[in-house]
Amino acid sequence: MFDFLEGYDVLGAFWTTVQLTFFAAIGSLIWGTILAGMRVSPVPLMRAFGTVYVNVFRNIPLTVIIVFTSLGLADVFGITLGVPDDFDALGFRLAVLGLILYTSTFVCESLRAGINTVPVGQAEAARALGLGFTQVLRLIVLPQAFRSVIGPLANVLIALTKNTTVAAAIGVGEAALLMKEMIENEAQLLLISLVFALGFVVLTLPTGLILGWLGKRLAVKR
Amino acid sequence: MKLQKVTATAAVVLSLAVTATACGSSKDDNSGSGGGSKITVGIKFDQPGLGQKKADGSFAGFDVDVASYVAKQLGYAAKDIEWKETPSADRENALARGDVDFIVATYSITPEREQKVAFAGPYLLAHQDLLVRKDENISTGTDLNGKKLCSVTGSTSAQNIKESIAPKANLKQYGTYSECLDGLVGGAVDALTTDDSILAGYASQEQYKGKVKLAGLKLSNENYGIGVKKGDTKLKGQINDALEKMVSDGSWDKAVKANFGPAGYKNEPAPKIGAIVR
Repeated sequence: MFDFLEGYDVLGAFWTTVQLTFFAAIGSLIWGTILAGMRVSPVPLMRAFGTVYVNVFRNIPLTVIIVFTSLGLADVFGITLGVPDDFDALGFRLAVLGLILYTSTFVCESLRAGINTVPVGQAEAARALGLGFTQVLRLIVLPQAFRSVIGPLANVLIALTKNTTVAAAIGVGEAALLMKEMIENEAQLLLISLVFALGFVVLTLPTGLILGWLGKRLAVKR
Repeated sequence: MKLQKVTATAAVVLSLAVTATACGSSKDDNSGSGGGSKITVGIKFDQPGLGQKKADGSFAGFDVDVASYVAKQLGYAAKDIEWKETPSADRENALARGDVDFIVATYSITPEREQKVAFAGPYLLAHQDLLVRKDENISTGTDLNGKKLCSVTGSTSAQNIKESIAPKANLKQYGTYSECLDGLVGGAVDALTTDDSILAGYASQEQYKGKVKLAGLKLSNENYGIGVKKGDTKLKGQINDALEKMVSDGSWDKAVKANFGPAGYKNEPAPKIGAIVR
């Protein structure tokens, strides 16, 4: 029944999926946090930049972003991210870049919702103690904001895991690309799709459960 | 959430996934051949020179010409042909479900596919080849090691390059050949690889004329067959007869010239029915 799996590196392909997810998650968390900081900052220019960035990138389809990183940045402008002669590494980096550009907007918006759960009085008290804006954000507001949005961030992470399949569009050898190859060779559409669907459930189900549990434990009870 | 609950949810999710993918569209009953009714033919919509849907909604290409000829021999007028898009991944299922009566869509005959569907033909012998810029010289497959190649994600051609022809070549994969072509003309890649018939179709397009050429390497044998539902020997026989007639009355040659002519494509002579070149 499942003899068509022989000769294919299914685990290796899913490992690439995991790596894509991991690097893109780290990058999105950092860039998304910076964006959220911009959107609540007292500087109008920064606020405007954050707002425009989020609204632009959130509304472009991910496929368009990722294909553009490859066709536009790499092919036309020659931006090769330090690996000009290795298309595999280049594709991987471009895909991570595209995923970060896109996913960070969702991280930013979740985080902004979290910032809104922190009572204004806390920020005012911190200001009264003489802390600057970045200190207020770093020491008082963000720690509480993060704790209240672990659930929504878990959703973003699950979406990101599934979104890595778009990287197949620029030839990154992850799960979706292997699936295409197998369907091309084996003519077993249903079974192959099922195996890969199961693979993604195995990846995302624990993520959701663990982070959901963590979110419950860490949430600030008000 | 208890573990029991989790497994139950997972089971529900999976069964949903199965049913969602398993429900095909049912077709109104017009199996078999006969005059007056309609016939549904699966083709590609996005391959210039082979099967392409034009801007005005008409269809053109070698596969379309072959399909039209076969349908005519089966007793269907041009207006009774219903064209349906069958992307590569969906071809076996479209036949098994009965969505289409037969498929003419750059469908290479392979042992794996023969377990699922029956093939009439072959009607064209193609080879994997390269499309290069006019000024390039590549004479053998091993010249490709170290070169930058482009092909379509997951395609047989891409896999051949990775596994046997030039494992050290630098391979870029995109969703469509058009994306590769821009990179080729712009210099981001050195060659684009897939079946020569498909390449000829692209090279014959207005915007690429005189900029690119076929390298003429025979890197593989692709026997294009016409897919029919497994076990439908009657229809397979009728299509084979139609193909033989198409070759003998000169229509086959005419179709090749009309669709691949501008690219300087040296086609193989028409294959004998059932003669599959491995």
